[in-house]
Amino acid sequence: MTESRPVAEQLPLARLLPSDAKLAVAQGGDGHTVLTVDREHLLPVLRAFKERPELACDLLVDICGVDYPGREQRFEVVYHLASLERGHRFRVRVPLAEDSPTVPSAYEVWKAADWFEREAYDMFGIRFEGHPNLKRILTHEAFQGHPLRKDYDPARRWLLTDAETMVPEWAKETPGGDGQFETQVLNLGPSHPATHGTLRTVVRLDGEVITQAECEIGYLHRCFEKMAETHEWQQVIPYTDRLNYCSSMINGVGYALAVEKMLGITAPPRAQAVEVILSELSRIMDHCVCLGANLVDLGALTNFWYFFQPREEIYGLLEACAGGRLTVSYVRIGGLAHDVPEDFAARVRYLLEYIPKFLDDVDRLVTSNRIFRDRTEGVGVISAEDAVAWGWTGPCLRASGVPYDVRKAHPYLGYERYDFDVPVASTGDTYARYLVRMEEMRQSLRIVRQAVDMLPDGPVITDNHHVALPPKSKVYNEMEALIWHFKLIFEGIRVPPGDAYSFTEGANGELGYYIVADGGGKPYRIKVRPPCFAVFQAYPHMLVGHMIPDSIAILGSLNIIAGELDR
Amino acid sequence: MRQPDGSSTVLTTRLDTMLAWVRKNSLWPLPFGTACCAIEFMSSVSAHYDLARFGAEVVRFSPRQSDMMIVAGTITDKMAPVVKTIYDQMAEPKWVIAMGACACTGGFYRAYHVVQGVDELIPVDVYVPGCPPTPEALIHGILKLQEMIQRGETNDDRVKARGRAAAAR
Repeated sequence: MTESRPVAEQLPLARLLPSDAKLAVAQGGDGHTVLTVDREHLLPVLRAFKERPELACDLLVDICGVDYPGREQRFEVVYHLASLERGHRFRVRVPLAEDSPTVPSAYEVWKAADWFEREAYDMFGIRFEGHPNLKRILTHEAFQGHPLRKDYDPARRWLLTDAETMVPEWAKETPGGDGQFETQVLNLGPSHPATHGTLRTVVRLDGEVITQAECEIGYLHRCFEKMAETHEWQQVIPYTDRLNYCSSMINGVGYALAVEKMLGITAPPRAQAVEVILSELSRIMDHCVCLGANLVDLGALTNFWYFFQPREEIYGLLEACAGGRLTVSYVRIGGLAHDVPEDFAARVRYLLEYIPKFLDDVDRLVTSNRIFRDRTEGVGVISAEDAVAWGWTGPCLRASGVPYDVRKAHPYLGYERYDFDVPVASTGDTYARYLVRMEEMRQSLRIVRQAVDMLPDGPVITDNHHVALPPKSKVYNEMEALIWHFKLIFEGIRVPPGDAYSFTEGANGELGYYIVADGGGKPYRIKVRPPCFAVFQAYPHMLVGHMIPDSIAILGSLNIIAGELDR
Repeated sequence: MRQPDGSSTVLTTRLDTMLAWVRKNSLWPLPFGTACCAIEFMSSVSAHYDLARFGAEVVRFSPRQSDMMIVAGTITDKMAPVVKTIYDQMAEPKWVIAMGACACTGGFYRAYHVVQGVDELIPVDVYVPGCPPTPEALIHGILKLQEMIQRGETNDDRVKARGRAAAAR
């Protein structure tokens, strides 16, 4: 995962980046190279990162703010950059003073900066000069202040009235001229059967063709990041379940891995294997919801029932392991909450026989169905270049022909030991995204089969008792174990100060956690890099030239999960 | 009503009771699904749990066509005006089920952007706890609502009773 030699030593960064930039280069605890730049030199440095062939950072992974009220330079903007071709990662930090929290916008370099910068503005009040549409994104129009600043009270609410609801500026005016034939503005959502929860799109139509579109999100902004700062490290796990609630196991695994990385521990082999099995089954569940809902929107209701039946069986297994069906909270930092039930392997093998039947049924009904193909082929096409520029990852990116999968590129949990393929399509349309997801489910079954055959015995949680509770039998009989227990319950885990970015392959793409710890019992800052946030920001741009029915087909194929999008 | 021996029987009842009996067995849900609970709602209407057994499977996303609003998921301050509008657009009689901890009380999101229970905005008849509630729990909530409709104990009945009392005065 991390190269043997730090990238900073392999690459002559000082020569590659603009010479007048005052850089401070360091090696992060997570193996990524961390640079600190002042804001005057930020844009040339970012440009060099993208354009220099030795660096080739084509993917802007994330932009986030951090607030350090005690420091002279109170705010910090952190850019996470990645090169898909070379596999290396960089983190660029820009400290900013409180009286002028302004940086140049990176939108001209990577289009992906669009919504990430808006989020940093909304949460911290950092202004991005040159951004085309810098306004609040997650909170509402009547909101006052910037909630992720440390001096913002977590429970301070502002109420929104109907009259204050956002209407895009362009939607208020009626364009004149001869070219405008039958234009009208149409509002879709947030309460709409095809918006899957809580998304809103405002479109301008010329006849039936969409000429302009804008999305409004934040209708499910549940303040995950602020809640994480007010809870202990272990207590954050139930909140992670509710990010992408269609595959909650994967979120928990990603979070636990991130904290484990900062603590320098690993989960025992049995826990890792169980995490792989349940993550892959969760991926199947997620794809089932995505494809099922997408097909319902196109009028193919039967497939929805076909997809929900295997989900119920997987729920049964998760319930047997964790007690919860949907929001499982099964992982702990350092392993699992408790061991799997005795018949775990048998139940997994039953699922391996049971699930393919339903996939085949859908395959026969849909894959070469004339109506479905007419509705999806050539609809919502995005080129590989554009997809990367918008920050896409996961199945949607692979449908455009980029074979980037975190499980292959940066294996974790022992994924390098499993034999599986990364399905890739080339057309980048709605149909390609369907095909990629169908094949990914079959590949996930392959991984599960290998993992259950190799399922090792042994403990499921680390024996490091600064992290995990000692077993009850010891607590009742040994003084030292009692003290560990007491300290963990009252103080929680102590994570050493520092920051790390850890990423896993979520059902929608790269799910990243950027964590800052100050040595206390609670996280100082957790920034989630939700895969569908980057995917969804391209959606209004993809709509132009399509019709309303196409917009529904495209939206369903992107699999936008509001819990993860808005957090 | 014809008996096995060929004779007929007349059942007498009050119009209110008969209407309540009819209404409770044909609830048309409007799933105001925003989050995790909506996924469990989907499970409830799917083949395994089959909400059709209780006469409540005709899911309608138009408030004009439905009479039972199921608020499934967290309601944020940004969403609040929308919930209110959708509720106002429903024709009477109408009932509301708050599904899950967030819709009941805000759940574990005691936070700057989350409505602390949907009853801040609209009257709720049945609260279904759980995070998310299992489909069994949701079905239990719907059965409870059916009992309340039969007995005339819903918020809708109370509003009408108040209206009648005011008219009599």
